[in-house]
Amino acid sequence: MGGIHPREAARHHAKVAGDTISRAFQEAGIKPKDATIIAFSQGPGLGPCLRAGATAARTLSTYLNIPLVGVNHCVAHIEIGKLVTDAKDPITLYVSGGNSIVSAFDAGRYRIFGETLDIAIGNSIDVFAREAGLHQQKGLPFGAIVERLAKEGKELVHLPYSVKGMDLSFSGLLTAVVRLLKNGKHSLEDLCYSLQETAFSMLTEVTERALAHTEKKEVLLTGGVGANKRLQAMLATIADEHESRFCVVPKQYALDNGAMIAWAGILAYKQGITTPVEESFVRLKWRLEDVKALWVEP
Amino acid sequence: MLIKKGAEACLFLEDWQSRKVIMKRRLPKKYRLPEIDEKIRTNRTIRESQLLHYAKEAGVPTPTIFMVDLADSNIIMEFIEGEQLKQVLPASTPEKRRHLNRRIGEFIGSLHNNEIVHGDLTTSNIIFTSRNKLIFIDFGLGEKTTDLELRGVDLHLMKRAFQSTHSRIAEECFNDVLEGYIKAVGDNPAKNVLEKIDEIERRGRYVSERRKTKNDKEVLNNNSFIHA
Ligand SMILES: Nc1ncnc2c1ncn2[C@@H]1O[C@H](COP(=O)(O)OP(=O)(O)OP(=O)(O)O)[C@@H](O)[C@H]1O
Ligand SMILES: Nc1ncnc2c1ncn2[C@@H]1O[C@H](COP(=O)(O)OP(=O)(O)OP(=O)(O)O)[C@@H](O)[C@H]1O
Repeated sequence: MGGIHPREAARHHAKVAGDTISRAFQEAGIKPKDATIIAFSQGPGLGPCLRAGATAARTLSTYLNIPLVGVNHCVAHIEIGKLVTDAKDPITLYVSGGNSIVSAFDAGRYRIFGETLDIAIGNSIDVFAREAGLHQQKGLPFGAIVERLAKEGKELVHLPYSVKGMDLSFSGLLTAVVRLLKNGKHSLEDLCYSLQETAFSMLTEVTERALAHTEKKEVLLTGGVGANKRLQAMLATIADEHESRFCVVPKQYALDNGAMIAWAGILAYKQGITTPVEESFVRLKWRLEDVKALWVEP
Repeated sequence: MLIKKGAEACLFLEDWQSRKVIMKRRLPKKYRLPEIDEKIRTNRTIRESQLLHYAKEAGVPTPTIFMVDLADSNIIMEFIEGEQLKQVLPASTPEKRRHLNRRIGEFIGSLHNNEIVHGDLTTSNIIFTSRNKLIFIDFGLGEKTTDLELRGVDLHLMKRAFQSTHSRIAEECFNDVLEGYIKAVGDNPAKNVLEKIDEIERRGRYVSERRKTKNDKEVLNNNSFIHA
């Protein structure tokens, strides 16, 4: 969500790991000895947080004497999205605090068709909200507050619209909207509205380009920003125009979640993929395209 | 006659004043607010027509423009008979590929030397004609600029286009493009752009490089931890 120091977050992860794991076993109604593999998020992400998770995973796998499966976080988002929406071969728009990626499967891997060249959309919204003095609460993240304010916006303020090929840049947009905020000539509602309209149009444009290019028949929206109704409406429009099915991943599985790591781990394990302990180091910048998605049917 | 419905525009092949022309019309997008939509279509139509011009002056072949109609976001230009580079590359011998890609690199270099970035370099946006000429099209996302970052992005896009459409020969293709590029812009300017490409690709586009505000004292609630 931005603004949390990685080290503090890691300390928290380490502290709650034990409880979280035993609660997960309880809720699933199984015993540790029933587990077949330990899947963990190996990257990309923040080093200290990933390491806390990887350490817990190594401990468990050694203790239970079952294999480790290192999972790519972005792959996991896509796979759980496909599972819960029953999408088979979608163009995925994955938009969160740290990612803005347009991806589709081709020749054995999830290819990145477009992504941000600087900061992610969720991060942009969060920085803007914080600059505006908004406060997020549990269950009401910055993005949801901005969405609510945007509904009251009436007047569009023109902001930099930056699409390069199928890539995007949000930093110019963010700088401009923060500057307008500081000079106080526009209402916060109008700025939220203009920020959303501009940024989401950019995201929709590159998704449509990828859709036209690949001629896929499904559009999958996931990640925290995917909860936004306006973004959903824009994507539904292009999906409809290209006769594709529009699928939104429910929040429970669109935000970072353990189930997605487990599921991606199972898919990989069924193809015989495991991660030896000596190769279980975390990969901070592990690219989606570097993963051979052997479990996906071509 | 509609010949292609691109993501941005519809392309029509028409007879106009007894020549064959392409009409490229940028159609309104329903998902965008009309205010945003009109501005983008007009801007891109203007840019495209200007840059097609500038590029030609810089010695990079582009279709000749016959008419621009801003009210309709419509450009009428010369019809180029040929194949997209996308189709030509996989069907060519390694020698021919090497020759084409070096030439392309030189042309990209000429664009940059003349303060033009293309903004959407792909193997669909270069046409190889029946008379063995390379023609650059689709400048709607281009800019007149000397910005190093945008030059880096230009080549980065070309590289990605090779990777996503021609993964088997991507590396060889891009290396040849670079060779031509270096020849056109010179060692030192090229070095700066190459470093920029590296930087763009290394950039933590993931969680690790979030931009923060100065006084960042966010409440550390559970919610933010779980998703950190
Ligand atoms: N309704 C909404 N509209 C727009 N943005 C939203 C909405 N709800 C949440 N967000 C944004 O979603 C982001 C958080 O999403 P998520 O939890 O998937 O991201 P993350 O923790 O940064 O994960 P990742 O590691 O996948 O990048 C925040 O930037 C938040 O402001
Ligand atoms: N002057 C021309 N002569 C011949 N063919 C052309 C000409 N201009 C465009 N085309 C053909 O039409 C295709 C689409 O054109 P262009 O790239 O300009 O449109 P676009 O809508 O921007 O496409 P996209 O956004 O999908 O890349 C080109 O790839 C090319 O095959």
